[in-house]
Amino acid sequence: MRLTAQDIADVARLSRLELTEEEKETLAKHINRLLEHFEKLQELDTDDVEPTSHVIPVYNVFRKDEPAPSLPVEEVLANAPDVADNCFVVPRVVET
Amino acid sequence: MAEYEPIIGMEVHVELQTRSKMFCSCEVAFGGEPNTRCCPVCLGLPGSLPVINERAVEYMARAALALNCTIPPQCIFHRKNYYYPDLPKNYQISQYDFPLGVNGWVEILAGGKPKRIAIRRVHMEEDTGKLLHVAGNRSYVDYNRSGVPLMEIVTQNPPPEGLDQIESAEEAREYLQRLRQILLYLGVSDVKMEEGSMRCEPNVSVRLKGHSEFGVKTEIKNLNSFRSVYLGIDYEIKRQIRILEQNGEVVQETRRWDDERGVTVPMRSKEFEQEYRYFPDPDLVPLKFTEEWIEKLRSELPELPMAKLKRFMSDYGLAQADAEVLIDSPELAEFYDTCAASYKDPKTVANWLTTELLRLLNASGKKLNETRLTPAHVCGLLELVDAGTINRNTAKAVFEEMFNTGKSAAEIVRQKGLEQVSDEAAIESVVNRVLEANPNEVKRYRAGEVKLLSWFVGQVMRETKGKANPATVNKLLREKLES
Repeated sequence: MRLTAQDIADVARLSRLELTEEEKETLAKHINRLLEHFEKLQELDTDDVEPTSHVIPVYNVFRKDEPAPSLPVEEVLANAPDVADNCFVVPRVVET
Repeated sequence: MAEYEPIIGMEVHVELQTRSKMFCSCEVAFGGEPNTRCCPVCLGLPGSLPVINERAVEYMARAALALNCTIPPQCIFHRKNYYYPDLPKNYQISQYDFPLGVNGWVEILAGGKPKRIAIRRVHMEEDTGKLLHVAGNRSYVDYNRSGVPLMEIVTQNPPPEGLDQIESAEEAREYLQRLRQILLYLGVSDVKMEEGSMRCEPNVSVRLKGHSEFGVKTEIKNLNSFRSVYLGIDYEIKRQIRILEQNGEVVQETRRWDDERGVTVPMRSKEFEQEYRYFPDPDLVPLKFTEEWIEKLRSELPELPMAKLKRFMSDYGLAQADAEVLIDSPELAEFYDTCAASYKDPKTVANWLTTELLRLLNASGKKLNETRLTPAHVCGLLELVDAGTINRNTAKAVFEEMFNTGKSAAEIVRQKGLEQVSDEAAIESVVNRVLEANPNEVKRYRAGEVKLLSWFVGQVMRETKGKANPATVNKLLREKLES
């Protein structure tokens, strides 16, 4: 499998990253080199192996459904780019 | 002209009524000041770690079982990645290819042709924050809702062998109502469409009747009531058929229901990229369920509304319409069940509850459990009517008194001296008095104005404070006026 500069551009857009044409080319090369390693791994026969989603054998880690105090609203909003009426203010994303 | 048939898929989101959020300990509540129920986890601050709310999983497993789903032995959480300010983390914790429940169904009656609507999956996720669009080019964000346990229930089209799909706006509405009833009985959510604790995004397509391929589908948003779900889907079906009849093409898009104008309009939003790059959330370890745990939850399920509806109809002989009213709220259903089991005539009890009780509840704005009325009181009242101690009109007044005070019918009747007077001699003397006092009306009656009889009855009743046996009053008046 080979990724093109266009694939890199698509992924970058999904991640809101701005890349120059040069960066796209370079990154495509780097990622393709990585993918070659995975191709090597794919030579292994894994038919009888369950897909692994997590690498540690730990399951069912729960907390009880008990509320605890939240952060004071000033701290909640401390990182907000802009604040009004106790709300985060962001540029409008959807036209209504 | 060619005939078209609609196919409707339903994606329903339900907020759970847990005390705390899905992955953190912030309180779950409705309303309140913005951003007062937030912490590093639900704000997606670096270094914070989510921990799963045990009760939320239990609630959703209970729901999955009640919706006849299979719960696979293991499920995992995925990250659904997208950029939108309603999500502070830039991903929503959700489920993907290993959801909590699969392959279920919900029964609907579909106007006499019962159907089992196929459910593809029930999965767990977290709710997003709320965007408030204000004037100008800005949006305000409130993250109080961010991280509230959310359950997604999706139907399956085409359905597997033996199950059905939704094929009209009416069926879509009933599906949603049955779903709401089930979740209400389970006590896992308050399922209020108006407050957004149950939200529905149907997708609609139409195709030539008999064809097996699906047409192009559109998704409808902004449906905030059962009524708008029905109207929105109905509108969309007709709109698509009109396009196809004019040899046009339906565009795949998301449309917004405009309740005031009664139309769907294309959303002018930038379409979300459908590329969510799901991957297993490394912060959350898998969940494994034992067969014993699943069976324990299954054995604890209450009698579900559809089963109750059928039982009320077959065991108590109720008409479907009455049974529907009674089962719509689990409290009322249980109240009725208790009455009907201990009183000889379940239909009469049903009449009293669906008329008098509901009228009083509506007028007072109270919920049943906020009143002091008990099933024993209702049965006691009906027995007084049967014994002839009070007449039906008095019984209505006593019912209201019981509703307001929590006293028994016998006590109210005794204290207020409301016993029905059936003694002919006593009633006769009142009748005589009324006739003597109203010679003109007597003359008019005898001249043929027989509808005055009910006026005379009213006079006698007033004199006896409503306590006279109406049958006796009628009989005596007739005898005397027509002699």
